[in-house]
Amino acid sequence: MKNYITEKKGLLSWLFTKDHKRIGIMYLFSVFGAFAVGGFAALLVRLELFTPDQLILTAKQYNQSFTLHGAIMVFLFIIPSIPATLGNFILPLQLGANDVAFPKLNLASFHVYILGALVCILSIFMGGIDTGWTFYTPYSTTTDTAVVTMVVGAFILGFSSILTGVNFIATIHYLRAPGMTWFRMPLFAWSLYATSIIQILATPVLAITLVLLILERMWGIGIFDPAIGGDPVLFQHFFWFYSHPAVYIMILPAMGVISELVTTFSRKNIFGYKAIAMSSIAIAVISFLVWGHHMYTSESELAATLFSILTFLVAIPSGVKIFNWIATLYKGSISFETPFLYFLGFLFLFVIGGFTGIFLGTLSTNIHLHDTYFVVAHFHYVMFGGTLYAFLGGLHYWWPKMFGKMYSEYLAKWAFWLIFIGFNMTFFVQFIMGSKGMPRRYYNYVDEFAIYHQISTVGSWIIAIGFIVMLIYLVKSLRSGKKADKNPWGALTLEWLTDSPPQYHAFSKTPVVTSPPYDYKASSHE
Amino acid sequence: MEIIQNLTEKGTFFLPSNISATLGEFDTLFYFILWLSVIFMVGLIGVSAWFLITSKRKSSDQLAEKQITHNIPLEIIWTVVPTLLVLFIFWLGFKQYMLMRSIPPNATTIYVSGKKWFWEFTYPNGKKTIGDLVVPVNTPVKLILSSTDVLHSFYLPNLRIKRDVIPNRYTVLTIEPAKIGNFRIFCTEYCGDKHSNMLATLKVMSNDDYYAFLKAVDFDDSIPLSEAGKQLYTKKGCVACHSIDGSPMVGPTWKNLYNANRVFTDGSERIADEAYLIESINYPQAHIVTGYQPVMPSYQGLLVDQEITAIIEYIKELSD
Ligand code: HEC
Ligand code: HEM
Ligand SMILES: [Cu+2]
Ligand SMILES: [Cu+2]
Repeated sequence: MKNYITEKKGLLSWLFTKDHKRIGIMYLFSVFGAFAVGGFAALLVRLELFTPDQLILTAKQYNQSFTLHGAIMVFLFIIPSIPATLGNFILPLQLGANDVAFPKLNLASFHVYILGALVCILSIFMGGIDTGWTFYTPYSTTTDTAVVTMVVGAFILGFSSILTGVNFIATIHYLRAPGMTWFRMPLFAWSLYATSIIQILATPVLAITLVLLILERMWGIGIFDPAIGGDPVLFQHFFWFYSHPAVYIMILPAMGVISELVTTFSRKNIFGYKAIAMSSIAIAVISFLVWGHHMYTSESELAATLFSILTFLVAIPSGVKIFNWIATLYKGSISFETPFLYFLGFLFLFVIGGFTGIFLGTLSTNIHLHDTYFVVAHFHYVMFGGTLYAFLGGLHYWWPKMFGKMYSEYLAKWAFWLIFIGFNMTFFVQFIMGSKGMPRRYYNYVDEFAIYHQISTVGSWIIAIGFIVMLIYLVKSLRSGKKADKNPWGALTLEWLTDSPPQYHAFSKTPVVTSPPYDYKASSHE
Repeated sequence: MEIIQNLTEKGTFFLPSNISATLGEFDTLFYFILWLSVIFMVGLIGVSAWFLITSKRKSSDQLAEKQITHNIPLEIIWTVVPTLLVLFIFWLGFKQYMLMRSIPPNATTIYVSGKKWFWEFTYPNGKKTIGDLVVPVNTPVKLILSSTDVLHSFYLPNLRIKRDVIPNRYTVLTIEPAKIGNFRIFCTEYCGDKHSNMLATLKVMSNDDYYAFLKAVDFDDSIPLSEAGKQLYTKKGCVACHSIDGSPMVGPTWKNLYNANRVFTDGSERIADEAYLIESINYPQAHIVTGYQPVMPSYQGLLVDQEITAIIEYIKELSD
């Protein structure tokens, strides 16, 4: 029997496919390619920081490396990561549909992504860029590096993100299987819905900001550069008006994956389904009102105070989700396979990220910690410990569905522990050095911080080994993995009704939904 | 030789020593949030571990023992309690923040100017220093910050405070150090190649020493001029951009500069004699040497004549 992989042959049948599954797979390889480049830049940065003075890079190369790392990880990796890969592949199947609402648009989004990625990579060969991923003016309008090229790349990538968002919203509205009411929709779909709202509302603001930046740089229109009458703080407002909601583009899909993992591996109905679904939407809306918490050190007292309160309020729905997931474990039937380990890893690391967020949301402590390594540690706990962990959990969870093969549980656990230990070693010490006063984006540093930096750098090597192990067993799984069943984990959502891997038309008969998504049975009825 | 206080040796596990006369409570708030987080964390881990251990799947077809999807009282508690706690923390942070931003009326004013890549300080009597911020102990000092090029940020870890330094705008930072000694100042807003070298030292002195400092003339005429020039080379920050060993940095090297033929971006040429050197220091943008960017700040008014002469003697000595 043919499946979506064997249906057609040849490279072109992939590059111009309209099949959401194939597009998801191409995205998967692309974003992990980007992760490898961004990760390599991070390893260079960490290696350079092994000693207080110059080791392998010049100051300029160092600045280019951390900018490249940040820009690639944000724009090319973490924003598209879960929606474009797992979302593309799984969302239609979870809804009982055979494709997304606009398959051609979906392909276009992928082509636009590749174009944007190529332009970003072009900027490396045009002399790199050294502004940090935030492109703050007037540095970015005056430096002699390839800012315009990189910014054009980010601009193009934004459209790929918008197209995916539009597609998902339409898909969720129109392609749910008969009987699947809104509140019978899996939480992963809910989270993608909330994400898509942010993607289509916030990304245009980024696009406008980037266009203004390009105009300023090329023709000096005098909007951001004070030397010609502009206001650099205005740029910061514009930038964070997108980039704060963007952190929820990064974390909401992760929360969706986590909800799927916890129900499947504990065989429990999720605790507080509506609270989780609705809090995703609440987060999406409030996320538009807190951008100013990135600017306490540059804005007025009144503004800072308002933004601080709102920041605390947006934290509450996230906290509530944590409680819901933990409560779901109670009296479950829990099995500790790799995806579930990533769920536990996520819980631990994301909670640390959340608590350190309180230090940063609080006005006075923010003033001390802003732009130190404390912030670097905080956002890596949230993005790596949160989003990336959920992504890896989801990847291991849906891998058998996507490729029809199992992977080595044994090596997968090794990789998990290596990455977990390496991650904490790399980033926990950064909290300490940050609150002790170590500023971020520093090429050289004062000697007393050397020991912290050295621990951090050794940690980064352990992470790298973990990912190499992962690469090995995943490649082995593709070549000679055990054949996967339709539903290896015993989950209830619709994607598990399809073959592993699914046929080109995954559902020959449209499924009819008659119950909530996580309607697991219990052994006792009191 | 002055010793700058080490940030990691002194102080507590997470924070450097606190020398602020007004922000002592900062550390209390920091550790309050920390311990609250630790308690919550331990609670969450404990409860999760208990669930994990008691609900471990033992046979592959084992079902969950119970299906529980709601518990309204519990959900209200875990929404309301954290909300109240964070609002309480917000309030504490807010009060402290207003204290940080308040400006005592009797404060001494010092102007701080951030330039790529050094800090320049102007005292009430017009005296200027580069790289050292000298302040009297236990006296409120109002720093008025501005930048002449890109964004910088003025950060004093031992005082728990920082403020962005913005071109064409004045921002204010008040400090009141309660301890005599030398402490670190960092730039914390990325500003280019030497961002991480844009350091300064906060020198807190007794009132008497501070007034003596304000009056003193900086120039030491007991040593040979070229020797004084050598000291000024590092002290005034030329070292950030000019090498003395022939290697090009942000600016041209000083080795063999004297009497060399200089070619400028506008095509003109000139011999680097004394007059040229003086002009280059006071009006660096007048002629730009080819291959370099017009980034050198003007030192007009920052160096007295004697100091310029000393630097030129030093540059001459570097030529053979
Ligand atoms: C921010 C970097 C920077 C700093 C700090 C700096 N300079 Fe320069 N300087 C330059 C650059 C770049 C040039 C070449 C471009 C030009 O002609 O303006 C230059 C040129 C010069 C020249 C002319 C050299 C030639 O090759 O013709 C002299 C003399 C000079 N600087 C002296 C000084 C002195 C003295 C100081 C310290 C008091 C100093 N500079 C600090 C960047 C700097
Ligand atoms: C999910 C994956 C990751 C994401 C999304 C991510 C994102 C970022 C971002 C946005 C920055 C800020 C860049 C800037 O200041 O302009 C950054 C900085 C940094 N990252 Fe990552 N990162 C990831 C993984 C890693 C890994 C695996 C390492 C270590 C090997 C690492 C090490 C660093 C370091 C050391 C810096 C600070 C550089 C500096 O301030 O000088 N990151 N990262
Ligand atoms: Cu934010
Ligand atoms: Cu700086």
